[in-house]
Amino acid sequence: MAERLLIVGNGMAPGRMLERLLEIAPGRYDITIFNAEPRVNYDRIMLSPVLSGEKTYEQIVIHGDGWYIRNGITLHKGTRVTGIDRVGKTITTDNGLVEKYDKLVIATGSVPFIIPVPGNNLPGVLTYRDLDDVDAMILAAKSRDRAVVIGGGLLGLEAAAGLAEQGMSVTVVHLMPTLMERQLDANAGYLLKKAIESRGIKVLTGANTKAITGNGKVQAVELEDGTVVPADLVVMAVGIRPNAALGKKAGLAVNRGIIVDDQLRTSDPDIFAVGECVEHRGMTYGLVAPLYEMAGVLAKTLAGEQAAYHGSVMATKLKVTGIDLFSAGDFAEAKDREEIVLRDAGRGIYKRLVLKDSRIIGTVLYGDTADGAWFFQLLRERKDISEMRDTLIFGQGYAGGAPLDPTAAVAALSDDAEICGCNGVCKGRIVAAIQENGLSSLEEVRAVTKASASCGSCTGLVEKLISFTLGDAYAPSTSKAACGCTDLSHDEIRRLIVAKELKSIPAVMQELEWRTSCGCSKCRPALNFYLLASWPGEYTDDNQSRFINERAHANIQKDGTYSVVPRMWGGMTSVRELRAIADVAEKYNIPTIKITGGQRIDLLGVKKEDLPGVWADLNAAGMVSGHAYGKALRTVKTCVGTEWCRFGTQDSTGLGIKLEKFTWGCWTPHKVKLGVSGCPRNCAEATVKDIGIVCVDSGYEFHIGGAAGLEVKQTVLLCKLETEEEVLEYAGALMQLYREQAHYLDRIHKWLNRVGLETVKQQIVEDHERRRALFARFVFAQKFAQVDPWAERVNGAFAHEFKPLADLCIAQAAE
Amino acid sequence: MSNEWLDIGGLDDIPRRGARVVKTVRGDIAIFRTADDKVFALDDRCPHKGGPLSQGIVQGNAVTCPMHNWVISLETGEAQAPDQGCARTIAVKLQGDRILLSWPGLAVQAA
Repeated sequence: MAERLLIVGNGMAPGRMLERLLEIAPGRYDITIFNAEPRVNYDRIMLSPVLSGEKTYEQIVIHGDGWYIRNGITLHKGTRVTGIDRVGKTITTDNGLVEKYDKLVIATGSVPFIIPVPGNNLPGVLTYRDLDDVDAMILAAKSRDRAVVIGGGLLGLEAAAGLAEQGMSVTVVHLMPTLMERQLDANAGYLLKKAIESRGIKVLTGANTKAITGNGKVQAVELEDGTVVPADLVVMAVGIRPNAALGKKAGLAVNRGIIVDDQLRTSDPDIFAVGECVEHRGMTYGLVAPLYEMAGVLAKTLAGEQAAYHGSVMATKLKVTGIDLFSAGDFAEAKDREEIVLRDAGRGIYKRLVLKDSRIIGTVLYGDTADGAWFFQLLRERKDISEMRDTLIFGQGYAGGAPLDPTAAVAALSDDAEICGCNGVCKGRIVAAIQENGLSSLEEVRAVTKASASCGSCTGLVEKLISFTLGDAYAPSTSKAACGCTDLSHDEIRRLIVAKELKSIPAVMQELEWRTSCGCSKCRPALNFYLLASWPGEYTDDNQSRFINERAHANIQKDGTYSVVPRMWGGMTSVRELRAIADVAEKYNIPTIKITGGQRIDLLGVKKEDLPGVWADLNAAGMVSGHAYGKALRTVKTCVGTEWCRFGTQDSTGLGIKLEKFTWGCWTPHKVKLGVSGCPRNCAEATVKDIGIVCVDSGYEFHIGGAAGLEVKQTVLLCKLETEEEVLEYAGALMQLYREQAHYLDRIHKWLNRVGLETVKQQIVEDHERRRALFARFVFAQKFAQVDPWAERVNGAFAHEFKPLADLCIAQAAE
Repeated sequence: MSNEWLDIGGLDDIPRRGARVVKTVRGDIAIFRTADDKVFALDDRCPHKGGPLSQGIVQGNAVTCPMHNWVISLETGEAQAPDQGCARTIAVKLQGDRILLSWPGLAVQAA
């Protein structure tokens, strides 16, 4: 007599297992299936096309009723198994059935993860798991307008695209900084975000859901940062977890999922588990390919054959029409690995192969996934690819390729993209001028169009444009690459960030065809600054691309401790501040207190863990960060001016304080120090500062470009001004010009040396409109910059920075 | 303490392209998390002048020491040429989202 095989669950994994089992051991078992869903086996990965209306339920059925009848399988639809009696070898169902088994297969799948926030059970909050969810969503789309999908993973994005297709206006709220971060690297994540947004779907990344609100039904999703997104429908697609409840109740070994061995056997020799509900070698799976691999192994095991499951390498494809995306294997970087990267910014293509010992071990493809299957096959077969390495990235059908084109970046620009910011010259005008006037050199183009005739920072781009227009007839001078990750110079990168409206580090790396996947310690801090300076209020600072001093907001010392310098406006302090500094030094055993050259007090030897506490006490006395550690506004050194000095001509102290209150907090290409002297005796040493004001009887001399460090530079006079208001306007405008044009790590004198004093004079002194515009941009940027970073951290931001991950000293002492 | 692997925290406790410190009786250990969620553990001392590697910028599978810009491989602990020197590595692995540090590895470090 045939053995009795009972199967709990009727998803894709047991479906595939049965197909294989019936092939290799027909008639061996008397099979009964219990399905909690009132349906036959359907293709769950095709739910998205059903949601978007591209397919119907009937089209995604895998096994119709006839299949079960033909194969003599009893299928109980809508019947839930509630218990297993392992001693008596029976199962019990919710409608009172008790059935005996010889072998039992648990395939209970997974349950959607519901984030534990208030309002998660309001009417109108759905998950995305089965056909009932899809039906509910389609119904909701008919009567409601606005949907929020929580989760920017595979499921969430498919749900969002489907709902948008159904006519809803959709916002995706994703906790991590990039979409589908489990399957994609940041570069592909950036392209995906662009594509999703181009469908009119709003994407909020780094967004933590705080609550779902509504009166009787869902009305909005509230985020941690206070944003409120109105919603008539909320779909939670933040992930799944194995549905191991039945296994656990039956006393099987369960961790995250039901634990199985390589034969898919649970801790009970007669009970097996397959699919999303299992945990195999610490891994759980939610994609179809590994489930099918498990199904194959289980079928053989049940048929009495030798088979073993060794875990799966996974491949992912996003099923949203028009978005081509593929990822497989392990695409992490490691020393013994190499990568081949192909970027085509114009067509939005990114391909990355990760190689180890001449074999592909991982791949991410975006924009062109035609070769995904081929790469995946090479990966699974562990095929040695050394023979075809040179052309591998171009794919299977490759038969010869063109070398990389250095003019690709300018070729991809639109005709109205601005090339020269100083003179307002766009690409179209330059190309037209070259063609119409038969121009063939940089000088000629400069003379005719004025492009690159002022500050010169766009010279490289203009040369590339000439080269692009004339072809091989023109050979541009080689510009100095910013670092080993790119061929572009700092100037070119800065101009392209603005012209192409690039607003994140992955965006820059993709569109400008970076050769490395995550940059280096040279380019990342520079890019972070350029983006911050170009897109105030829009760009999110990348803390991990900052040097430790700017990340910890204190100066690291040789022994790993830090120094703390609170701001002292214009070098002035008070009894209250001094007392607070003395108290904090005592409280935290700060060993060294020193007066700095910038007229402030430096507390040296502070332990990193103590920084927030030290700052809290300084904050309480009204003091904020002095940015003594940053490429930022440092000090404004002053003398006592007319207040006390018998030679003083103006209120230099008061002006210094005004300048410092106006400029503090801004990030700059390198450090910026100011000085205001009350008379030409120059006690504040203003003529060796980046910006130095020397007061005279008739007003103020405005000097720039001084330094007293590695190089000692005396300032040059930019102009003479009459009022304090003018000094503030010129200072703001100059700071902004420096922020917009200088290379990262250039002090003002270096930048001046490169572009020439005349250019700066022309833009700041002679062109009044331009100066006012620069000033206005500086004022705008300061709105976002003047936040005390110490207070933010005292209030809990970046707490991980100041605490050890773990302290094992006690555990070790107990050894 | 007989467990071979010690749970020292969750993956998400460390920022991507960042590091955190684990304190031990024989000095700090830096636990790194790369852009692609690999974890590595090194003695938190640059072979050059003892700079805290945990405070550096993480690039690919390497870290740039904050003191004098030596680039140290997270995998081997070795300095990138032409600099020469090696920071000790300690075995560390991920199990799901948990970071496990080798307890015997720590003992070796202490020896």
